[in-house]
Amino acid sequence: MSDNIIQIKDVNKWFGDFQVLKNINLNVEKNKKIVVCGPSGSGKSTLIRCINRLEEHQQGSIIVDGNELTEDTKNIEQIRAEVGMVFQQFNLFPHLSILDNCTLAPIWVKKMPKKEAEDLAIKHLEKVQIADQAHKFPGQLSGGQQQRCAIARALCMEPKIMLFDEPTSALDPEMIKEVLDAMVNLAKAGMTMIVVTHEMGFAKEVADEVIFMDEGMIVEKAATKEFFANPKSDRTKLFLSQIL
Amino acid sequence: MNNLNFLTPDKKNLYTYLYLGLFLISFSILDVFLNSFFKINLIFFLPSFLSFILPLTIGFIGLHLIRIEYSGVKSLDILNKNINTNNFNAILSLIIIFVVIKSLPPLLSWFVIDANFSGDSKDACTGSGACWAYIKTWFNRFMYGMYPNAEQWRINLSFISLAFLGSVGFFASEKFKKYLTLYYVVIYPIIAFLFIFFFISGGPVFFDFSYGIIAAVISVIVGFFIPNKFKMYYFIIVPITIYILLKYVFFYEELIELGKLEALEWVETGAWGGLSLTFIVSFFCLIFCFPIGLFLSLGRRSDLPLIKYISIGFIEFWRGVPLITVLFMSSVMFPMFLPEDMFIDKLVRVIIAISLFEAAYVAEVIRGGLQALPRGQYDAAKSLGMGYWKMHILVILPQALKLVIPGIANTFLALVKDTPLIFVVGLLEIVGMLNLAKTNPDWLGFAMEGYVFASIVFFIICYAMSKYSYNLEQKYKTER
Amino acid sequence: MENRGISFGYGFLSQESSFDVQFSLIEYDGSHSYFRAYLVGLLNTILVSAIGIIFATIIGVVVGIARLSNNYLIKRSAAVYVEFFRNIPLLLQIFFWYFAALRALPLPEDAEPILGVFFLTIKGFFIPAFIWNNLDVFLYSIIAAIITIFFVKNYARKKQENDGTQTPVLLISIALLVVFPLISFLVGGVSLKIGLPEIKQLSQTSYTFEGGIGLPPELIALALALSLYTATFIAECVRAGVQGVGKGQKEAAASIGLTPNQVLKLVIMPQALRIIIPPTTNQYLNLTKNSSLAAAIAYPDLVLIFAGTALMQTGRAIEIVSITMLTYLTLSISISIFMNWYNKKIAIKEK
Repeated sequence: MSDNIIQIKDVNKWFGDFQVLKNINLNVEKNKKIVVCGPSGSGKSTLIRCINRLEEHQQGSIIVDGNELTEDTKNIEQIRAEVGMVFQQFNLFPHLSILDNCTLAPIWVKKMPKKEAEDLAIKHLEKVQIADQAHKFPGQLSGGQQQRCAIARALCMEPKIMLFDEPTSALDPEMIKEVLDAMVNLAKAGMTMIVVTHEMGFAKEVADEVIFMDEGMIVEKAATKEFFANPKSDRTKLFLSQIL
Repeated sequence: MNNLNFLTPDKKNLYTYLYLGLFLISFSILDVFLNSFFKINLIFFLPSFLSFILPLTIGFIGLHLIRIEYSGVKSLDILNKNINTNNFNAILSLIIIFVVIKSLPPLLSWFVIDANFSGDSKDACTGSGACWAYIKTWFNRFMYGMYPNAEQWRINLSFISLAFLGSVGFFASEKFKKYLTLYYVVIYPIIAFLFIFFFISGGPVFFDFSYGIIAAVISVIVGFFIPNKFKMYYFIIVPITIYILLKYVFFYEELIELGKLEALEWVETGAWGGLSLTFIVSFFCLIFCFPIGLFLSLGRRSDLPLIKYISIGFIEFWRGVPLITVLFMSSVMFPMFLPEDMFIDKLVRVIIAISLFEAAYVAEVIRGGLQALPRGQYDAAKSLGMGYWKMHILVILPQALKLVIPGIANTFLALVKDTPLIFVVGLLEIVGMLNLAKTNPDWLGFAMEGYVFASIVFFIICYAMSKYSYNLEQKYKTER
Repeated sequence: MENRGISFGYGFLSQESSFDVQFSLIEYDGSHSYFRAYLVGLLNTILVSAIGIIFATIIGVVVGIARLSNNYLIKRSAAVYVEFFRNIPLLLQIFFWYFAALRALPLPEDAEPILGVFFLTIKGFFIPAFIWNNLDVFLYSIIAAIITIFFVKNYARKKQENDGTQTPVLLISIALLVVFPLISFLVGGVSLKIGLPEIKQLSQTSYTFEGGIGLPPELIALALALSLYTATFIAECVRAGVQGVGKGQKEAAASIGLTPNQVLKLVIMPQALRIIIPPTTNQYLNLTKNSSLAAAIAYPDLVLIFAGTALMQTGRAIEIVSITMLTYLTLSISISIFMNWYNKKIAIKEK
């Protein structure tokens, strides 16, 4: 059994009185790609936001790369440096150029010298094929271009894990492909990825495991082929019939 | 001439209506004009109260006649759309025009025609208009307060130097741009403080001040040759060392000698006044209230309950009380809490009080900006591993501060307009000087001229500031 | 502080104050306690603030709407008004009205009556006084009218929900407000006399008016300056509010057949008011705080009487200043709380 880089055990979370995560148990091995799908409000985004502690779980334990997520601050920033996240709304920093967006964290968090950071940034921007826009500002780019920059920005911290929170949901259909291509390349290069998405084509091509969540619980978890060929639960079957 | 219907003017007989209407309008305006400027009454044969109603009625009929939509004559259409869309608008427009015309002669005669511009004493003001000679004689006092005339060059020199040093930011080349923030937030205020409290005050400390400047200049020049790693310690240790060396080692003998000579004359802060005091107080309160307000607004959003509730309490307290009670408090209560022989200068107390007061308002304005920023920015910065301070300095504040520029400019404007309240502690800025001047036995009865003068001065300053901030806001809007 | 020999305690409030106040709404003279002096100051502050708020609102709303007018002249005049009165410090405006403008008014003996009963003089604005008999009965009748109006409103609403007919609530309310007090006059023994101000000679050269109510020039100058100054800010709030309602709202409302009046009442005003009311309430608060500038022209408000004269007489700086600040704080915080409650209540529900 290879290392589990993420171990989530008996995690429960409430927003006020409303329970949003119920008894989540999940282990993610290194270099594996996991796709999480499910209807709106099922808790998928909340789950992955718990992994880099943008949300805090009330019960259970989450261990990322050997570090348990608790209230210790020092601990959290180090973990976040190892876990990259790409958001549905891109969240690029509008007052900085693309290049500066990417070099900001390496310079100030990893204390890299500026030249080294810029070389690193260009390398990742080239990987997502957007290096020529490096000196433009986010407001000047299309949605697809912005999201690819967001991926590059997260990659510049050389994370061990990449989390994607519905990365293509805010994009026009023509641009979804360019972002998915970038994500596929990343997957093929061996990154551990957890992707919340509705893009089942992507799941079929790249995912090792697919998880279906509904109402805060993991309803079904299976290897990709198995998941699409023989969904076990009725809810999964209903969901798949609606989106495929 | 077919079907002339005076109730519904239409396009067919355009020019008839047009000429008739314009004639009537011009007649009414001419009547009012002649009446107010030359006191000629064209319709003198009518009783007096009708003399206002009649031009109004004639003009109204005229406007009614030319109210033809889509007439095809471009200027007519523009005129109609702007002031003549319906009867109500027509009457209001006429009233406004008449009021303006009627008020011009008395204003002109008071301000210019019957006014006296030159003279030294009350007797020179014989006309029924404004006595500008009064303003001219007292001009020095209004600008500089009771500061001795011979020494006023010091104030002028300080303001010019500070203005020059303040605009350095526009000329800085690329290499120095990154030091700009450090310069404006730390160095510039210190230099300003030195200028104002040593140069303008004067006294033997002047030589301390000059040594300080020399030390600073030498250390900056040498500083270019120091490697980056030591820069921070360098800038703290070296200037102080050089200063101490200069003062106590090199020129100790000379200092004692000079101390015996006439240094710059000492002018106590109670004598400072006039517009220059307005500038000094506004300037320092501006510098101090911004960082204090920034920390308060961050504190208010903090997760630590102690900091949060202290910030909220502080902000709500200062926002809930009138400034005048704060100034009362600073002049009456503050000294009670200090040990017997410690004395804090009046001006310093006032600046502290006003800065704290305005800081609470600035805090609320900045809080609005922090709240307006989408949560995603906070998320993204956190996900890159940035801690609280890095996130705020690099990502949040640059964006939030741009959002709140109009709010902050408003607060600064309010600050400038609040400075006249310092009369409560006995400091006389320009409004205070006016009140003093008008009770002078040689110059009684010219209160109006004084207030008009001060109003014009404040209007120019505040209007310019609000226009500048409006332009700044537009510039930043388009940059995003 | 101890070693300066200053004592501390709130007991002085019940001592005799031994100073008189020029203008007061309640009975007061030197033999009353400091606490009563505090009340006098508080009432005077509330009086000038209330007058200021009423006039500032009226002027502010008019000017705010004028700024949105299509008429170029009206729009520019309103803009000139706002820029002019906003950029001149309030203290300067108060001084101007008090020392310059009001000094130009005539002496009582030379004053011409306005509408026969109002006299505007350099010593004040003299208006007829209402002398009531059984004022409380009159007030009860008004309260009864208001309560009845509530019931009528409720009844009308239920009736509209049930069968769609609309009742003229406004007319009925006005009728009630007239009829009930009238009944109190006829039956309740309420009577009203009007005391006209009449000129009276105090000494050889000085005259004044008696028999009416005299509003001191300090009050007039302060109220005037506060109203004109605060009106500029209220005008901007009103303008922002009306502009903040999207143009499409008006079009949509018209397209479903609402009359212009209904559009205004049911669609535009509710949305505009949401934007207008919070900053306007802030301005009311500012006006109340700014009324403390009365100290500059000797209008006996809370600050001048209590934190001024009383403080100088008793030397109890800490107690007095703390009470004064506490009073203003209470006012601001209660308005803040009201604002928060109001905002929550009318907030447009969002996801």
